[in-house]
Amino acid sequence: MSAAIVEARGVHKHFGGLHVLKGVDLAVRERELVFVIGPSGSGKSTLLRCLNRLEEPSDGSITVDGIDMLDRRTDINKARQRIGMVFQSFNLYPHMTALGNVALALRRVQGLPRAEAEARARQALERVHLADRAGHYPGQLSGGQQQRVAIARAIALEPRVMLFDEPTSALDPELVGGVLQAMRELRESGMTMVVVSHEMGFARAAADRVVFMDGGRIVEEGPPEAIFGNPQQERTRAFIGQIERH
Amino acid sequence: MSFDEFLQAFFSLEILQQAWPILWAGLLNTLLLSVVVVPLGFLGGLILALLGTVHSRWVRWPLIAWVDLFRSLPPLVLLVFVYAGLPFAGLEVTALTAVAIGFFLNTGAYYGEILRAGIESVPRGQVEAARCTGLTAAQAMAHVVLPQAVRNVLPDLISNTLEVVKLTSIASVVALPELLFQARQAQSVTYNATPIMAAAVIYFILLWPVVRLLSRLENRQMAGRR
Repeated sequence: MSAAIVEARGVHKHFGGLHVLKGVDLAVRERELVFVIGPSGSGKSTLLRCLNRLEEPSDGSITVDGIDMLDRRTDINKARQRIGMVFQSFNLYPHMTALGNVALALRRVQGLPRAEAEARARQALERVHLADRAGHYPGQLSGGQQQRVAIARAIALEPRVMLFDEPTSALDPELVGGVLQAMRELRESGMTMVVVSHEMGFARAAADRVVFMDGGRIVEEGPPEAIFGNPQQERTRAFIGQIERH
Repeated sequence: MSFDEFLQAFFSLEILQQAWPILWAGLLNTLLLSVVVVPLGFLGGLILALLGTVHSRWVRWPLIAWVDLFRSLPPLVLLVFVYAGLPFAGLEVTALTAVAIGFFLNTGAYYGEILRAGIESVPRGQVEAARCTGLTAAQAMAHVVLPQAVRNVLPDLISNTLEVVKLTSIASVVALPELLFQARQAQSVTYNATPIMAAAVIYFILLWPVVRLLSRLENRQMAGRR
């Protein structure tokens, strides 16, 4: 078993008077795909956003690829290049083409010359099968295509870990497949992934481990067959039952 | 008054010919003022808008006070104050410098409020996406937020710019002979309204294309295309 590449210990997060994360421990091994499920407000997105310090945890420790993410001396901008993130709302830059979206960080953060940055951006777009849309603006792409461009934007930086925050929740049903396909291919290439999502079919097929969160804590975790087929905790059972009925 | 007399009083080619060198000098000054004052005001506004993104009360409160002060002061009063007041502080300023300072303070406050609204119109997720790829806060502002912010408030920026160009006529109070000042000089020398009419036409020719552009942009935004 390989060592943990993501390690969160005792993570707490307060938003004002709201206690959103109540001591979460999560370790993700290299090449592992971890699915995080749970009712809305359970803290799963907040946990994900703490991993790359988009949210500042109130307490606890987070290590990614050997870097202490919460250490003040850590160059957070450098560390974040190793952690790709994909959002529910895509968050593509609307004033840039697909190619421009993917190339921006390659140029400005990694300092590549324009031609090289664009060549690498094009390769990233090819990996999500959108090379032919390189010159399109986000407004000219479907939601599914936009999300795949967002995936390309993240993987272009060759991260060690990818975080997905409800990547298909904002999509029309017929557009979900393309995004899941891109994620499946990413997984096959050996990417370590942490996915917050309700795509249970995908979880069953692709996840190594499913983590169920409720009330700011991890209630139960295990292989997908165990969590979906034979949940041990009452709350897990209730939640699985609810989403299976849909 | 006959029609001929009317023409003679307001649209005399002869008078125009005599007054033209004076008007021309005024026009050049108005252009010079606009070219100095618009970028300066925009720069001032940009500084204020960027300071507005700092979440510290030590920045926020002085900033609000500053913007309120310079939006409340009539630009004319401000200009006289700068021109007549700074010498008492030991700073002799030329008329152009005084106008530049006055507009930097006054129009900067207006451009600043417009740009602030633009920055706030950009969804939070844009910055998050940029920061996630390793861009610094400043890079995210420069490459992701500001281009969208400016585009979102472009009609307001252009509208304000029109006002600023028209407002340059107040430079005459500090004896800077811009277009309107020169036209009035020519009027008083010739006892004829033609120079004033000419100045009006010149302003119109200068600003009308910008007004058209503004309308087109507003229509486009109205149609929901961003």
